[in-house]
Order: sequence, then C-alpha cells, then structure tokens
Amino acid sequence: MSPSINVLALEGAGTDWRLHLNGDWSLAAIAHIEPQLEDLPATLRGTLVCDWSRAQSPGIGPAWALLMRLAECGDPHLQVSHTGDPPHFLELLQRLKAERHAAALVPAEAPILERSVESLGRWAVRQGTEAGGVIEFFGRIVSVLGQSLARPRALRISSLARHIYETGVTAIPIVSLIAFLISVIVAYLGAQQLNKFGADIFVVDLVTIAVLREMGVLLTAIIVAGRSGSAFAAEIGVMQLNEETDALRAMGMNPIELLVVPRTLALVIALPSLTVIADAMGLAGGGLLSLVNLHIPLPQFVSRLRESLSPTTFWSGLIKAPVFAVLIAMVGTYRGMQVRDSARELGRLTTMAVVQSIFLVILADALFAVLFVQIDF
Amino acid sequence: MAAAGAIPVIRVRGLVNRFGAQVVHDGLDMEVRENEIFGIVGGSGTGKSVLLHTILGLRAPDAGTIEMYGRDVQRLAAADRSALVQSYGVTFQNGALISSLTVAQNIQLPLREYHRASEKTLDELAELNLDLVGLDRDAGAKYPSQLSGGMVKRAALARALCLEPKLLFLDEPTAGLDPISAAAFDQLLLYLHSQLRLTVVMITHDLDTLFRTCERVGVIVDRRMICGTLDELLQNRNPWIHDYFHGPRARAADKDAHG
Repeated sequence: MSPSINVLALEGAGTDWRLHLNGDWSLAAIAHIEPQLEDLPATLRGTLVCDWSRAQSPGIGPAWALLMRLAECGDPHLQVSHTGDPPHFLELLQRLKAERHAAALVPAEAPILERSVESLGRWAVRQGTEAGGVIEFFGRIVSVLGQSLARPRALRISSLARHIYETGVTAIPIVSLIAFLISVIVAYLGAQQLNKFGADIFVVDLVTIAVLREMGVLLTAIIVAGRSGSAFAAEIGVMQLNEETDALRAMGMNPIELLVVPRTLALVIALPSLTVIADAMGLAGGGLLSLVNLHIPLPQFVSRLRESLSPTTFWSGLIKAPVFAVLIAMVGTYRGMQVRDSARELGRLTTMAVVQSIFLVILADALFAVLFVQIDF
Repeated sequence: MAAAGAIPVIRVRGLVNRFGAQVVHDGLDMEVRENEIFGIVGGSGTGKSVLLHTILGLRAPDAGTIEMYGRDVQRLAAADRSALVQSYGVTFQNGALISSLTVAQNIQLPLREYHRASEKTLDELAELNLDLVGLDRDAGAKYPSQLSGGMVKRAALARALCLEPKLLFLDEPTAGLDPISAAAFDQLLLYLHSQLRLTVVMITHDLDTLFRTCERVGVIVDRRMICGTLDELLQNRNPWIHDYFHGPRARAADKDAHG
C-alpha cells in the first residue's frame, strides 16, 4: 500500500455528504488512516453516506476509529449511513457505540499543588505505618524465637541447615576471593605511602587492623546482603504472590516461624563464619603482597602481626557480624513479606531489600566504630 | 468431512511429545476447520496444554507437523512467523495479564508493538475491546490484581482480540468461574464467534461450555486424539470417552443445553 493514496475522499456540500473509503483499511494501515480522519472537517451536518465499496480488508480498529471521529466532528444530529457492502462487524460496532457512555480510562489528576500536598501527606503516613510495621515484625521474630527456644522442634533444623548451606557455604569462594583482593589492594596502597618514610614494616599493622576490625566483616556483610538479602526477598515474595504464605497461615502454621526465623538464624551462624574465613584470606593476601612487593619474609610478617594485634582486634570485627546478619535477614524477609499483587512489586521490593540492608549495615558499622572508640575496645 | 479443497485452519499430523521417558502424545492428529468452535478435552495430565503450547510454537514437538492455514509453522521465516503470531489471539489459563500494567495498557500492549497509532486512538481501541468482552470502561484503569476471576478472563480475551485475529485459542476460559459467570462467558464466546466470524480452539473441562458452544470436539485418549461432533462422541465406545460423556455431570449438562 503506497501511503500516497487517500483513504478518505469526502464529496458533497451543505447537508448532503458522501465519504468514499479507499485502499487499505486494515488495522495495519491505522497509522496512515488516523491523520486523515483527523482532517475531516468539523462542519459536517445533514446526512453522510459512507461508501465501503472500495475499502480493502477493512479492520475493526479503523472502522471503530471512523465511527468515533464521525461522532465527534459535525453536529450531533449528523445522520450517518453505510453502503457498498460494509464489513460484517459494522453493525456490532454501531450497537456498541450507541451504548457508549463516557468513562475515563485514566482517573483524572488533581492540580499539581493539591497533588504534591497529598503525596507529601501520604508519604508521611506511609513512613509512619512502615516504622510501626518494622517494629511489629521485629517483635514477632523475637517472640517466635522465644517460643521456639522452649520448643526446639519449632527451630526446624533441616530448614536451618539448608539456609546455612545456601547463604554460607556457597558464598565461601566469592567472599574469599574478594577479601583476598581487597587486602592486596590495601597493602599495596599502604606500602606506597609508608615506603616514603622507610616504614614498610607497618604495612603489616595496616593490613591486620584494617582487615580484622573493618574490611573482613564489612565486605562479607555487603556480599551476603547482595546474595542472600535479595534471595530472601525474592523467595518469600514469590510465595506471597502464589498465596503460599496464606496457605501456610490457613493450615495454622506461622510463616514467621517457618520462613523468617530459619533464615535469620542461618545468617546469624553463616555470616560470622564467613567473616572468619574473610579475615584469614585477607591476612593471607596481605602476607603475599608483603612477601612479593616488600620482600618481608613470612616469619617476619607473622611476628610483626602478633605484635600489632591487641587482644580485642579480632573480636571487635567478629562481634559485629551477628548484628549485621540480623539486619540483612530482617530487611530481606520483611520486604519479601510485603510483596503484593504484581511482578513489579517483587522487583521493587527486592531492590529495596538489598539497598536498605547495605545501608543499614554501613550505618551500624559507623555506630560500632563510635562505640568502640568511646569504650576503648 | 471438510468441503473438498478447503484448507483447514489447523492441521496437526503425527504429533509426538515426550518429557524424558514419559510420552504425552504419540502420533496425534487434529484438524480445525474455518469458522468452527473446536473443543479439546481430556483427563488431567493427558497433555491438553502441551498440545496448545506446541501448536502455538512455544514448545518444539519431538516429531510431527503442524500446519496453520496450510503452512508448516515449524519452517516459517522469522517475518512470516511474526505475521502468523499476529493473526491469532491466545488466552492462558490464569489470564496471564501483565501484572504491572493496567487492563487498558495490557490491551494496548500488542497494538503498540505492531502498529503506530495516537494515544487517543489507542484509548478508543482499548475501550472498544473492553466493550466487546462486556467489561465496564472503569475496568480499563484497574490493575489485574484488582479484578475478579471472571473479569480477568474477559480482560485476557480483550487482549487476545485486540489485533483482530481470525483465530482464537482459549485455555480453560471458564475454569474457576461460578456457573453464572461461566454461562455468561459461553454467551459472549458464541456472540463474538458469530459477529466477528472467528475460528475458536478451546481447551475446557467445563461440560456445559462444551455442550453449549462446541461444534466439534477432540478428545485426547491414549496419547492420540479422537475428533468428532458431540453426537458422534456420545456414541463412541472408548471407555474413557463413554465415561466422560455419560457421567452424571455430562448428562445434566447435555439436558441443560439441548432441552
């Protein structure tokens, strides 16, 4: 179909009009038909005859667009009739048009000022209920945990083992690799600076303290938040969409006990274990760089390491791990439980779970840093 | 039999589908003629949905040919394949509406993909399709999760109709509906079938729907299909078919539909 053909030809004058429909009138040609419909004069009155005899393979969509446009342009008393073997569905369309009542497909939007005030108010209320929801969620976890300590069967050992495997054991390679590489980077940068003062040996102190106090646990927590926080949210979210959590509730089981507590406990066990591994790999990385780049032999590295360690260095890192674990597990499972209705919600809340758990981990780390300085830990 | 020379809309020959050691279809033949409502029935697990997926090209069969309008769908070039896909509409068992889009946006989705039209026209076409399936205009602004089961089925049908197909595939269109909604859906289907001259292929477990709407029925038994009119199948001596059409529910449905 060449686009040069006019699909509409209007002839007549006064109160007697005839509209010839030419060429391709299928749905595929709608892009071409539409602008010509828009060009119909708004002054039509009297009678209008649509001649379909030269329209090829007329489609429902274009026919409907024609009827709509004819109803808009011209005066409301315009008499429209059809000749020339009109398509079989035209009668149906005319009937539908007659029954047509105005209803907006999209709700009308309020003016911008009202809308912004309204959205601010809604945001505030949402934040309020959200905070309440988080506190309630935390309370439930604690109460379920309390109950299950009295009733060990409720701890669901097999489920716990599965989650420890998925969140902990399978994360060992990536956590090790990243801890190793980061400590190599720290040692390398430190060596460059300390070299200026001839204080190469203090690279060992730098690496040891950085890895054990901060880097090991923080990196591990961030990796676990990305891996397992998202997995928790997505897993529980899909269960929500499938009404699986409703089914559990209906069978008298508590989704918090079944889904949330095992994940939280698993992470509380897995994250500190991973942190120990990350610490070890970090020290190994520092040792390797010291040997290769600074020519500090391994026995010297180890003895310097012993000297630089205070009794609390290792524990000040590790003690943070269970706290981070609880934060990550809670945010992930809470966001998962919030999923309703749509696939988009699932994506939004999974993203939110990861971003918020990483944020909370770093915030908590900062608070720990202040605390440890204050109590000189 | 079909009139000599008339090409069936769908012709399946010697279809074999296997999942590992489990053979679902073994030499299944099926033929759908122009402008009929063809029902597919069979027990649970006999591969009704697998058959539909295979016809739609969502699953490659292990053997056999599938022709639509006389052309082998497995050997189509990409452009022909796209044209073919646009020539039929499909509704899935649970509606399969895109949950992040409103009903109107769901209907407009294929229109936007394949055609260029102004927002105004797109809205008008969405309204038209809502009207066609008997949904209120307000339903257009709702999200699928806000709709009842019957409305989801209708909205899915509206989306299937929006590209003006000549051929419609329905996977259990009345499953999960109350009898009144299901009967209304049957009415709607018959109405659209006569008004828009559609060919309909429908998987259904609903005997009422089957007796009210279908001209011919294909029953999947023993990994093959037995096709015929309802009257022919009522006479069939295959034990499963006999039980299916002469069970207590079938007798009631038959009485209902034929007085």
